[in-house]
Amino acid sequence: MPHKFAFFLGCVAPLRYPGIELATREIMKAMGVELTELEGAGCCPAPGVIRSFDQTTWLALAARNLALAEAQKVDIMTICNGCYGSMFEANHILQHHPKEFKKVNDVLAKIGMKYSGTIKVRHFAEVLYRDIGMDMIKAQVKNPLNFNVGVHYGCHFVKPTRVKQLDDPEKPKILDELVEVTGAKSINYRDKMMCCGAGGGVRSRDASTALRMTEEKLKNLKAVNVQMIVDVCPFCHLQYDRSQKDLPGYNIPVVHLSQLYGMAFGMPREKLGLDAHETKFNL
Amino acid sequence: MTKVSEPNPEFTKQVIEGGPGSDTLMLCYQCGTCTASCPSGRLTAFRTRQLIRKAQLGLKDEIMSSEELWLCTTCYTCVERCPREVEITDILFVLRNMAVREGYMAEQHKKIGENMLRIGATIPFGEETKKLRVRMGLPENPPTTVGNKKAMDDFRKVMEECGFDKLMKGGKS
Repeated sequence: MPHKFAFFLGCVAPLRYPGIELATREIMKAMGVELTELEGAGCCPAPGVIRSFDQTTWLALAARNLALAEAQKVDIMTICNGCYGSMFEANHILQHHPKEFKKVNDVLAKIGMKYSGTIKVRHFAEVLYRDIGMDMIKAQVKNPLNFNVGVHYGCHFVKPTRVKQLDDPEKPKILDELVEVTGAKSINYRDKMMCCGAGGGVRSRDASTALRMTEEKLKNLKAVNVQMIVDVCPFCHLQYDRSQKDLPGYNIPVVHLSQLYGMAFGMPREKLGLDAHETKFNL
Repeated sequence: MTKVSEPNPEFTKQVIEGGPGSDTLMLCYQCGTCTASCPSGRLTAFRTRQLIRKAQLGLKDEIMSSEELWLCTTCYTCVERCPREVEITDILFVLRNMAVREGYMAEQHKKIGENMLRIGATIPFGEETKKLRVRMGLPENPPTTVGNKKAMDDFRKVMEECGFDKLMKGGKS
């Protein structure tokens, strides 16, 4: 059966790093995946901030996005750990807590919408791994890559595992395998599973604390001489990319998995939007 | 300055009933695996175990006004390692929601809330990115709430129905 998903863009990719949006569209097309537009979708909403402010608002806004996909009868696909975390968890709560389900649907009724709980929330990396598979991906690799890469999983891709049940929280392997299928090598590094520092509203409220956490990660990545960081979350991406303005001397370019695949699949470099990155990509 | 407060059992009850997962609060036996695992606590004064203990004891004022409450990045490392399966991050969300309702909210966070009410996104959308999108062959506005009046009206209406707009003006809703 052909794969079809409602493409959830989120905020950071389309409004900061449109290369991630375009690369995802192109690589999915190359692999025969149909992406429908989720017209009028809003913020996921961001788990670290909006859920910290008011869980009811967070749940209702997530349900609105889920309802938009449900109206198309297709599952949602995200390109961001934050969007994935928010909508996956919100969906789980709505499907398991009748009281919350009713409360949220009472709110949606005011805008003439309804969510019945039939949609799955998917992360594009997990779609690649589980639905598309290594053989199909490998068949698209026209320019095998020979970079040494530091993989950053981020927090909300595999965790919390009690609901995600995707991979091991301490030593996952999905992203390493997805990176290595391009020919690149995933280099292990200290505290690989540590947070980038941006989440939970810390970046916006206390930028210096977020920056210190990012520097820990960058130190550990530099110690093993990786040529780039590969992420699956535009917010981690932003944190690593922009933080290096304040943390000179690292110069480790930051690439979203969709952009890495774009390179491997032979997309023209200008379509990957790497010029928009603060930390220059010179490879 | 941190306020010293008397134990408030009613507060503990409110936390336990505050949201999905927070009913695991009393399972914590204070082993400290959370604090030892916390990437924020490595660098800051945030002590996860202490926060959970304060919630168990009902030390409301100490929690509500504390800066540390906002130093968790919600990375879930503590949740994964907790031997008692305490939903620490869920409890943290309940505590933060309560603090916001009490009027404890950073100005930077209010700005994010305002941006949500304005364009349905957490971050602003600048002219430079619009131009970049067009240069790359993408539509100037993404097909989201950005530039879609009907969708934005709906999005805002959902927030207003939940009292989010009032909350951003100072809590106590």
